[in-house]
Amino acid sequence: MSITVRFFASLRERLGRDQDIIDSEGIRSAADVWNRVAQIPLPGNALVAVNMEYARPDQPVRDGDEVAFFPSVTGGAQ
Amino acid sequence: MKIRLMEQAFDPWQEISLHQSEQPALAGKFGATAVFVGTLRDFNQGNEVRKMTLEHYAPMTQKHLERVAEEASARWPIADVLVIHRYGELCPNDPIVCVAVWAAHRDATFMACRYIIDELKTRAPFWKQELTAQGRRWVVPEKTG
Repeated sequence: MSITVRFFASLRERLGRDQDIIDSEGIRSAADVWNRVAQIPLPGNALVAVNMEYARPDQPVRDGDEVAFFPSVTGGAQ
Repeated sequence: MKIRLMEQAFDPWQEISLHQSEQPALAGKFGATAVFVGTLRDFNQGNEVRKMTLEHYAPMTQKHLERVAEEASARWPIADVLVIHRYGELCPNDPIVCVAVWAAHRDATFMACRYIIDELKTRAPFWKQELTAQGRRWVVPEKTG
């Protein structure tokens, strides 16, 4: 009965850790996950992924899911 | 189609040559190859860049790079795609990313190569952190490529 929560890049640094495992009880959406693990509001430019697919904060989340929060991506070449 | 994420430095030209030699089915079937190589500069946004660390979300990166390459294959008549992207610590002059596309005709290779590098930049979960004389800083997305 758990959800894996991953943080990357500047959000990982702000939260001071790269992963949490939380109890899925009472969790309905990705936004609920954020509110459970963080003491700050989800930054407006943050991106959300549920099971490695981009998602909106109101995306439903279930037991066993992996939810990730991270800033805008900067791959490739500039 | 091959997608590789590599921590160690790579030579894109050797990798392209090797990949092509490992695909005997390609021989005689392509008339064009388009290649894009992105390389780490030693300057960015007015500062000297000494090193760069590329963080990524490994399985999600692989999944989305494969999807972008598959989309390109569905949109244009291409014969093969090779994408190599570094992660970890890079030095100036290191290749960051290589996209190579093989097809019967040049138009498809140019279009597909451009599509893959442009989509990769906005969809693959990579984050760049530069080490400059002023310290470390996270790179924010730019509009120009």
